[in-house]
Amino acid sequence: MLINHPLLGPRDAQEFVYKGDASLLRRPDSNAEDALERFTDYAYLRDNPAGEHRELWYHEQGDRSWLVVTRNTLTHEVLDVQLASEVGR
Amino acid sequence: MDYSIFRVIKEALNNHKGWGPAWRNPTPKPHYDIVIVGGGGHGLATAFYLASRYGVRNIAVLEKGWLGGGNVGRNTTIVRSNYMLPGNEPFYELSMKLWEGLEQELNYNAMVSQRGVLNLCHSDAQRDAFRRRGNAMLLQGADAELLDAEDVRKLYPYLNFDDARFPILGGLLQRRGGTVRHDAVAWGYARAADQLGVDIIQNCEVLDFRIENGQVSGLETSRGFIGANKVGTAVAGSSSRLLSKAGIRLPIESHVLQAFVSEGLKPVIPGVITFGAGHFYLSQSDKGGLVFGGDIDGYNTYAQRGNMPVVEDVCEGAMGLMPMLGRARMLRGWGGIMDMSMDGSPFIDRTDIKGLFFNGGWCYGGFKATPASGLCFAHLLATGTSHEVAAQMRLDRFARGAMIDEKGQGAQPNLH
Repeated sequence: MLINHPLLGPRDAQEFVYKGDASLLRRPDSNAEDALERFTDYAYLRDNPAGEHRELWYHEQGDRSWLVVTRNTLTHEVLDVQLASEVGR
Repeated sequence: MDYSIFRVIKEALNNHKGWGPAWRNPTPKPHYDIVIVGGGGHGLATAFYLASRYGVRNIAVLEKGWLGGGNVGRNTTIVRSNYMLPGNEPFYELSMKLWEGLEQELNYNAMVSQRGVLNLCHSDAQRDAFRRRGNAMLLQGADAELLDAEDVRKLYPYLNFDDARFPILGGLLQRRGGTVRHDAVAWGYARAADQLGVDIIQNCEVLDFRIENGQVSGLETSRGFIGANKVGTAVAGSSSRLLSKAGIRLPIESHVLQAFVSEGLKPVIPGVITFGAGHFYLSQSDKGGLVFGGDIDGYNTYAQRGNMPVVEDVCEGAMGLMPMLGRARMLRGWGGIMDMSMDGSPFIDRTDIKGLFFNGGWCYGGFKATPASGLCFAHLLATGTSHEVAAQMRLDRFARGAMIDEKGQGAQPNLH
């Protein structure tokens, strides 16, 4: 797989470490009434869809940036790549 | 209709005209007591033990494709019970004991071969960890032997013992471990279950669950509605896809694990060797091909194929451990989809929907678990309570902080 890094251009997926579903960027509110339940879901439950999936890739062997990659889990086609810092919360 | 030497002789004298199919191809009935979704090893084993040990006969197994066409035909056929934690080891040791009696119980030659599984160690710390795991295995009634480098050299003189990065200091050997012909496991369970009246329905995809007032009442399938008092799903690799139809989110990511086979060679590897530090393991099939693999690719996928970096990593592991493998040619490679769970351990549990039961999360260890998984899932489906050796394999164990994390890696599925 090639991941089209927004700053560095197409890079081999081997340079990256996969860090899971991009929903991990949206950390639950720790002051909420049901914070324990929300954090349990956040840490352990996943949608794990077949098809389009937004996910985090960390460019460990490169510029150490975190990317949000939209990829098809049925075909491995990379549909979109953004810097996680620009996707924000 | 038993398989035996007398039957072979009789059929030989009769030009083999009397064999017939090993199982029926029934049309689905409108309603069953229990419907198992997934005609792989675990689903078929569940149906067999439900019929043979729990006396439930009105059962169907629904399979989307053909019987044995999923992960039961894609693994590298290794069986072992070399786990450490109390939530796992008694379960896998029960599985090992069931493997030992499987062929007699099913009246089917599954080529169970207890040729020994050897885990190699390369540092004092790793040897200490192996000693601890070996002792945990002995406490649960399994067998384990800690070998030093000389012992390993007697078994496998051609390994690269003096590698600078990973010198071989010894290994943990489970002699009762080994290999089993994976297709024959599916076929054997299917035939035995069919003889007990289980309907095995192939080419029947589950499209949706019918759930009324929080209670499952049946399944919408590509062959129409099939009613059921209880539904058990055993579709590891596709668990999230299937259970999402019932609105259930699981502590699972789907990942691909690749495996490879070399051209056929004369017998050279008598047992199973694992080189965990180098992400490589291998054995030799009875046909002569070297069967080997390594780590999962490490990203979510449902495509049954992996990418080149892992192929390269596996081949580097092979060359690092056994340089003579460089002379062998790789014949083929393939991928299978794993339910990678958040702690590396499986689930055999009820769900929040009444009558809907879940079996999955087997990571890359589902094949060896097949008999015990079937037995424990059958126990749960028939009695409504967990079997004692699967009592910790619950879906709510994360919320309770009761993870079964053999490697201690935390909630990162691609590290287990």
